[in-house]
Amino acid sequence: MELSTILQYAFAGIKIGSIYAMVALGFNIIYNTTGIINLAQGEFVMLGGMFTVTLAKLMPLGLAFPIAVLAVAIVGCLFERAAIWPARRSSVITLIMITIGGSFLLKGAAMQVWGKNSFPLRPFSSEKPINILGAWVQPQVFWIIGVLAVVMILLTLFFRFTLTGKAMRACAANRAAATLSGISVDRMVLLSFALSAGIGAIAGIVITPVTLVDYGCGSMYALKGFAAAVLGGLGVSAGAVVGGLTIGLMECFGAALPFQGASSYKDGFALLILFVFLCAKPSGILGRAAISELKKF
Amino acid sequence: MGKKNLFGLASLVVVLLVVPHLLGNPYYLGVLVWCGIYGLVCMGLSLFMGYCGQISLGHAGFCALGAYISGILTTRFGFSPWPALGVAMLASLLVAFVVGLPTLRLKGHYLAMATLGFGMIIFVAAGGDPFGLTGGPSGFWGIPKLSVFGVVLDSEVKWYYFVWAVVLVCLVALLNIVHSRVGRALRSIHGGEPAAKAMGVHTARYKTQTFLLSAALGSLAGSFYAHYVGFVNPHPFGLNFSIHLLTMVVVGGMTNLWGAIAGTALLTILTRYFRVFMDWGVFFDGFILVIIMLVFPEGLFVGAARRLGGFVSRKRSTGVPGQASRQAAGGG
Repeated sequence: MELSTILQYAFAGIKIGSIYAMVALGFNIIYNTTGIINLAQGEFVMLGGMFTVTLAKLMPLGLAFPIAVLAVAIVGCLFERAAIWPARRSSVITLIMITIGGSFLLKGAAMQVWGKNSFPLRPFSSEKPINILGAWVQPQVFWIIGVLAVVMILLTLFFRFTLTGKAMRACAANRAAATLSGISVDRMVLLSFALSAGIGAIAGIVITPVTLVDYGCGSMYALKGFAAAVLGGLGVSAGAVVGGLTIGLMECFGAALPFQGASSYKDGFALLILFVFLCAKPSGILGRAAISELKKF
Repeated sequence: MGKKNLFGLASLVVVLLVVPHLLGNPYYLGVLVWCGIYGLVCMGLSLFMGYCGQISLGHAGFCALGAYISGILTTRFGFSPWPALGVAMLASLLVAFVVGLPTLRLKGHYLAMATLGFGMIIFVAAGGDPFGLTGGPSGFWGIPKLSVFGVVLDSEVKWYYFVWAVVLVCLVALLNIVHSRVGRALRSIHGGEPAAKAMGVHTARYKTQTFLLSAALGSLAGSFYAHYVGFVNPHPFGLNFSIHLLTMVVVGGMTNLWGAIAGTALLTILTRYFRVFMDWGVFFDGFILVIIMLVFPEGLFVGAARRLGGFVSRKRSTGVPGQASRQAAGGG
């Protein structure tokens, strides 16, 4: 394979991998504060794309972006209050079913509102591909990588240097102890849903110019994002990025494998990786088995 | 098996024998055939979810395996339907074994996601058409009719009697399992896995066996589907169907085999009778799942009865939902 071809696939892998990384970050934030895997995470990505497509018709993209993120964050809060909070003392199997139910609820509602068509969004800057060592790269790819970097930096700053961020980390470490030190765990859970819905929405907005958006696209993002989170170690932020990029790259290079119809099995590769990891090392690359044993999944 | 269940079986048989004479239109009979086919999968799923306390988000994958293997073997390799059905079931058992072996050691979320991934892989593989067998996204036609003891199942009425006979046989078998030592072992896993282990219950083996059983039922239903419709394509076997199966089980009450059949019948009749449900299907499945889990965790029928009973006499406390569902499990 020539260098330019390899680069071409690598950029494609990093592009989609960054999205999986953001979805995985969303999974981790909720998982850390509640111990729940929110199966509706992919729907936040879809809603982010959908809201922006609609809003972009009325206002400039620079304004539509933050409004859409805010709107999806509010959806995340409503979802938590309406469905998760009342069941906070239920068994894991109940909570899994509530989040999968919530995911279908949002998906079905989106289908009613926007229909079954796919919608495009114009790229943030020019559409002219840039030539890097022989590989042609769309400028949107740099937006996606940049946004992932900004999200990571802001999250790190938030969790390390703000009181609220520290409170959220305290909830993750030990809920009882956090409650005893006067942290409102309820509010932290709500915040974690808002935060991860917001990050999901951002992922949805930046990817839409490249892949379009339709009401049913969420499940795949959720599954791949979960695969990324597991691969990197559930609950570990750096792991989410490592896992996301790994899955993105494997998917794109897997599609280039020299057998017939390899590209149509693109989706299968990520799932196979998930499977192998679930069986062999459920704690992931950067996770520690001892910690994951303590969580209540 | 208990008097209650014998009475239940007897009434079911009576209802099944009477209903076809009341329905004039073969379309309605067809709806009942669908109830039977879905009922087969849901019984297995109910055993796996309600009695074992596990969750599968990929059972549509086993139906797809059954339908596709039956279809491919009969149309392309000249198999007759019954051996093809057997091969399909064996293949599903094998796949379930491979999927189940590592994943059933996992719990809760991991198992949910692993089965979800499995379902998606099957769906992607059916649509991708690797060896020119599945017909890709548009599927293939011409799957022959099934025949039983020389009778070709070529009408709604024949299918109706056949499918429900199979459902009854499976129901009796499963009820027997539930009310045996194995059933008690399964409920102990649902109640609390560490405690069950401590009592000497081989939890991993029981979970794997139940998973295999539910996969075999899924495959059987899939094969019936293929022969009944005569046409297979990937579309009906996606994630939506897995969740629809889940919803049907949950509506009837997870911890009750009768509930699985009642829930299946209720939702199937509603979706096929009211066209609105077709387009709103995804939304309603999600809505029903959330509402049932929040309000009636023990299922619509038991839950509603309990609520009504609560209005009549307030003497008995309603108790914690989890407890209630575990008590309901005892009733089987």
